[in-house]
Amino acid sequence: MPGKTYVQTTINGEQVDFLCEPRQSLLECLRDVIGLTGTKEGCNDGNCGACTVNMDGRVVTACLVLGVEAEGANIETIEGVADGSNLHPLQLAFLENAALQCGICTPGFIVSSKALLEQNPDPTEHEIRFWLANNLCRCTGYDKIVRAVQDAAKRLQEA
Amino acid sequence: MKWIDFEKPKSVDEAVKLLSGSSGNARAMAGGTDLIVQLRVGDPRVNADIVVDIKSVPELNELSYSPDKGLTIGAAVECYKIYNNENVKKHYPAILDSATLIGGTQIQGRATFGGNLCNAAPSGDAIPNLIAHRAVATIAGPNGTRTIPVEEVCTGPRQTSIGSDELLVSINLPSNGQDFGANYIRFTPRNEMDIAVAGAGVSVTVADGKFTSGRVCLASVAPTPLFVKEAGDTLVGKPVGEEAIQGAADLAKEAAKPISDMRGTAEYRKHLCEVLTRRALNTAVERAQGS
Repeated sequence: MPGKTYVQTTINGEQVDFLCEPRQSLLECLRDVIGLTGTKEGCNDGNCGACTVNMDGRVVTACLVLGVEAEGANIETIEGVADGSNLHPLQLAFLENAALQCGICTPGFIVSSKALLEQNPDPTEHEIRFWLANNLCRCTGYDKIVRAVQDAAKRLQEA
Repeated sequence: MKWIDFEKPKSVDEAVKLLSGSSGNARAMAGGTDLIVQLRVGDPRVNADIVVDIKSVPELNELSYSPDKGLTIGAAVECYKIYNNENVKKHYPAILDSATLIGGTQIQGRATFGGNLCNAAPSGDAIPNLIAHRAVATIAGPNGTRTIPVEEVCTGPRQTSIGSDELLVSINLPSNGQDFGANYIRFTPRNEMDIAVAGAGVSVTVADGKFTSGRVCLASVAPTPLFVKEAGDTLVGKPVGEEAIQGAADLAKEAAKPISDMRGTAEYRKHLCEVLTRRALNTAVERAQGS
């Protein structure tokens, strides 16, 4: 009888050990095994970006990563973006620019945008739109999201 | 998803043992951006009981260049590593055309050229470009290692000449002189995150105002990426210009054998082959002439 695999990983700076079946995606492990439900499931085939997490410094769609691949990895999810009760400048910018309506895509957009601003602190609109092409939003029409990322870039540079 | 076993070999030998000892039900996985989806939806063409994660095998992570050996891209090297690599940018700029086009940021963090080739989709954006660059695949199996030109890898949709007991180790692109230029372009309704309705990967070398070689390969217009040898050959010896390029584009259109589906009709795709081949050749010529 097949058994579960023991996985040791780091999530948002804390060591997390969990048990999973090899067929379970990292997304399933985060939500259903570990209880971190901030990462959302959208399409479950890599198109929508709602499940975006940062894995070893690269953003990936957690639905296209097996949980067992997280062994030894350093993962950052939406839960690790705020500093306690202080929201990250990106989160503030999304709120104040009304860059979300239903909010399902927002964790993915924020994790993606954070990775962009870490490597490119002053991106052009074009660069923002291309970087975020793997994140879909069906409510906002994207303009407010792009403006929020530009606003966050300004806040981070002034900070 | 049905049950799978997961293995993570640390060497080529260990990976080949896992693949060859499995009676055909093991699949190598690099980024998993195709394989995980296929397993999840139960694609009958991908009937794997064992997933062999090949990302810990050193040879498969090689990304190196030397003037005599050319560029070696290990089968597990992700797209973002390819387009951020200084040697690729300097010596193989046209490879960026594909590496930056596959998926979006998140997919490029996982997806590999090796996986694109082994997945063998007719629309694979890396494959025509590799064929235009005269790339060779190195494949390890139970009886040793063999090399074949990339145009001999894909045999049908999702089918390759790489045996179920074999492992793609790397893809090697020979060095090019200053007279070389290449380009891959595709037509898609969206700018990003889309599948090619048709695509064209081409390369040329030019000397004294004449073509000295040419290669043309099409995407999404046949059961496999379609290498159109005659379209490249027709350029050789002709003066660089509209007439020769149009001749090659017409031969590419003639060779295309597309189907009609939700992404485009056969007639439209044939038309695209002519336009894309012409445009790609013009860009390749500009690159070869250093402008």
